[in-house]
Amino acid sequence: MTHEFLQNYWWLIMSVLGALLVFMLFVQGGQSMLIGTKSKKRPLLVNSLGRKWELTYTTLVTFGGAFFASFPLFYSTSFGGAYWLWILILFSFVIQAIAYEYRTKHGNVYGTRFYDTLLLINGVVGPVLLGVAVAGMFFGVDFTVEKGKILDASIISQWGSRHGLEAIMSWKNLLFGFMVFFLSRTIASLYFINNIDDAEVQKSQHKQLSFNAGIFVVLFLAVVAVILTSPGVEINAKGFAKWVNYKYLHNFLDMWWVLMVLLLGVVMVLFGIGKSLLNKEWKCGIWWAGTGTVLVVMSLFWVLGYNNTAYYPSKLDVQSSLTIRNSSSSHFTLTAMSYVSLLVPFVVAYIAWVWRKMDLTKLTDKEIKQAGDDEIY
Amino acid sequence: MGELLMNVVDWSRAQFALTACYHWLFVPLTLGLGIIIGVMETIYYRTRDEKWLATTKFWMTLFGVNFAIGVATGIILEFEFGTNWSNYSWFVGDIFGAPLAIEGILAFFMESTFIAVMFFGWKKVSPKFHLASTWLTALGASISALWILVANAWMQYPTGCTFNPETMRNEMTDFWAVALSPMAMSKVFHTVTSAWALSGAFVVGVCGWMLLKGRNRDHCIRSMKVGGWVGFIGIVLTSISGDTSAVTVAKHQPMKLAAMEGLYEGSPGQSIVAFGILNPKKEIGNSEDPFLFDISIPHGLAFLATHDPDGYVPGIEDIILGKGGTSKGFGLKPLSFEQRKEHGKVAMHALAFYNDALKSRDSTLLQQYKQEIEDNFKYLGYTYLEEPEESVPNVPLTFYSFHFMVTIGGYLMLFFIVVLLLLYKPKWVPGRTKFQKLGYWLAIITIPLAYLCSMSGWIVAEVGRQPWTIQDLMPNKVAISDLSAGYVQTTFWIFAVVFTALLIADVSIICKQISKKSKTNLDVVETK
Ligand code: HEM
Repeated sequence: MTHEFLQNYWWLIMSVLGALLVFMLFVQGGQSMLIGTKSKKRPLLVNSLGRKWELTYTTLVTFGGAFFASFPLFYSTSFGGAYWLWILILFSFVIQAIAYEYRTKHGNVYGTRFYDTLLLINGVVGPVLLGVAVAGMFFGVDFTVEKGKILDASIISQWGSRHGLEAIMSWKNLLFGFMVFFLSRTIASLYFINNIDDAEVQKSQHKQLSFNAGIFVVLFLAVVAVILTSPGVEINAKGFAKWVNYKYLHNFLDMWWVLMVLLLGVVMVLFGIGKSLLNKEWKCGIWWAGTGTVLVVMSLFWVLGYNNTAYYPSKLDVQSSLTIRNSSSSHFTLTAMSYVSLLVPFVVAYIAWVWRKMDLTKLTDKEIKQAGDDEIY
Repeated sequence: MGELLMNVVDWSRAQFALTACYHWLFVPLTLGLGIIIGVMETIYYRTRDEKWLATTKFWMTLFGVNFAIGVATGIILEFEFGTNWSNYSWFVGDIFGAPLAIEGILAFFMESTFIAVMFFGWKKVSPKFHLASTWLTALGASISALWILVANAWMQYPTGCTFNPETMRNEMTDFWAVALSPMAMSKVFHTVTSAWALSGAFVVGVCGWMLLKGRNRDHCIRSMKVGGWVGFIGIVLTSISGDTSAVTVAKHQPMKLAAMEGLYEGSPGQSIVAFGILNPKKEIGNSEDPFLFDISIPHGLAFLATHDPDGYVPGIEDIILGKGGTSKGFGLKPLSFEQRKEHGKVAMHALAFYNDALKSRDSTLLQQYKQEIEDNFKYLGYTYLEEPEESVPNVPLTFYSFHFMVTIGGYLMLFFIVVLLLLYKPKWVPGRTKFQKLGYWLAIITIPLAYLCSMSGWIVAEVGRQPWTIQDLMPNKVAISDLSAGYVQTTFWIFAVVFTALLIADVSIICKQISKKSKTNLDVVETK
């Protein structure tokens, strides 16, 4: 296999993992609704989410690990550079990881409300800032890379002095971030509708759905408009990088199949939302919207990385921009990791199989009342 | 500038040490208790005796609380390689990233999927499926340990790679050399089995407390049987793998070994210090005795490190001066610090001009540089160091941690033997009724001792590796990110406060759970 093929293959894997992560962010979306929910029904929502949070968390960790293994220069440049952005994201996941387990346990020192606040923080900060981080890949960030610097003991990746705060302050990035946030809330409602057998929850989640989906659709259209009109960095045959207007629009047109995937994804998301709103008995919205989300996110990754595009454009020095060619691991490592990637379908299969078994009966008030101490959050 | 740079390095190291220590407070219990619960549930599955189910569930609760905080503290470590060690991430990412990714794909999903079945699946899946899930959770945790330790071992003993001057980084050339390096193997076995020992001590200690309170005697005996055996097997294997670890360290990190032993000037048939107090006045090159007081075993270190009673073990000064032989079992080339630096400089020079030669297509020059890099690269890191002293880790910290670990290791061996005797052959233990209370207390105190012992192990491994982030190739001051000291200092304190607050909640919940549940009847399954 050629090196280029492997680089493309690994970008494909990253797009799948990234897409699954965005879908799984419904856990965060759901968390952002908890404190606003009537306390009588809150245990249902918490417990429904609580059984899935680790899946999202693990997807994030694996996404990070796989990015490190396949495109280490991104890891080196972005994480150390946009320090505050990443630290805030991580921080929000640290506090999530204990919140479910500890929230109702005796002796938890700070009280249930404290842990629910932690869930809220993660529920908002997680999706918004992950969105901001991805937006930086479209709109560019302030860094330079010079690999030879390592010889004189200085640092190869340099970043503007605000180290990620500037990315959080940019309106384009925030627009992207809030779109992800409202998407995660939309899918959360669809998840609750599917997972919880309770009339009151169904009713309130249908209400939530129409509200969140409405905002999401508006934000999504705005983000798409901004992306299609934004410049991107193109790499020519000699490896020379330059800014090109409407680069992402061109990419969609050059790679028609990516555009098809995007459109199919959008239709599926809209169908999942629309039918759920029209037919209150229909519970499969999550599968349609979820699959649609995965397709949309994958197509966005593809226009970012394929077609001689820099997936991490540098606004300070365009030649420093990262591409899947100049930032990837060696041929050997990508090959070795490709063997490992053959295991991914098995992993996905057992996860799906286990959860099908576990979710066969939907969550009810009764189950929560009858559960032992260890079986509820 | 120099001073400022030092500060970022120090804060970055402090932050990594802090987060790693917190993480390691929870990981060994996950590794060992997972096995213990697996054994307990297996007994329940075979006998269908409800008492075993109650016992299994008791420990499972504690497992869950501990697991959550282990997960919380773990995510930081993975991403910290990027956030705080940006040069490092590029310089070795081609090798180091792979184990992290494999850990995620193979281990974390297994753990996180099956732990959900373990806790919420009692009524949703068959007993067989449930049992399998419990074991798969434990297996997932161990596989995760395997891969992260492979990554750690590679930093101690970089192997299976070459340096590519065009990309300015190390690139993997042999996956299995990385995954199965002797350093990785000894680390995996030592770490995982020491976690069994620690968890055994935890179970026995908690039971000690319950027995002291006179609660649930039968449950305690059931638990201690499993905990005692897992702990005993654990400590036996820990000792064996500890010995293997020492040999690999002697081979690949002689400076670490010398620091572990406070050895400045070595000799053939070197003795080992069983107990010693270091002389604070001792410095490299002065004539002070390294010890104020010591009890040594003749030929001990030679035997431990080379498995030959007359083997030669070099001391700190020998390594700096390049003195010493290459006696049996020893691959150390006697190069002095200055010579290593010279070699490193040749590699550095070739690297600096390699790309020019590449551009001008000067193939003879290119070939010459390639050869120079190949021959000298393994000492590249020395060019970043000024004085020989910089190549020496903190001796007192490494020495005392090592000796504490080994001493407590010996104590734990004795402890588990006595526990098992008391359970199976109580008559063989004199004074068992007279000193009963003392025994319970001892069991309780053994818990923190085991934790400190395990933590000391990591101090030996990591402090002993200094000043290197990657042995001989990259000192920590070159590995960092382009950040100001103030930034890292701020995040250091944020993590310190948050992790401490979480630790307090964790310990409080664990204590409350033990105390609350111990008051219920643990011979029947709790139903609502
Ligand atoms: C009984 C005699 C023991 C010996 C001879 C021994 C030896 C060693 C050595 C040589 C290392 C350093 C390895 C390196 O730097 O790569 C080490 C590390 C370590 N030890 Fe021990 N050890 C013993 C007991 C224990 C016990 C009882 C525990 C915990 C309960 C423990 C936990 C650890 C840990 C966690 C590490 C760090 C991981 C590693 O580097 O393998 N050790 N030990």
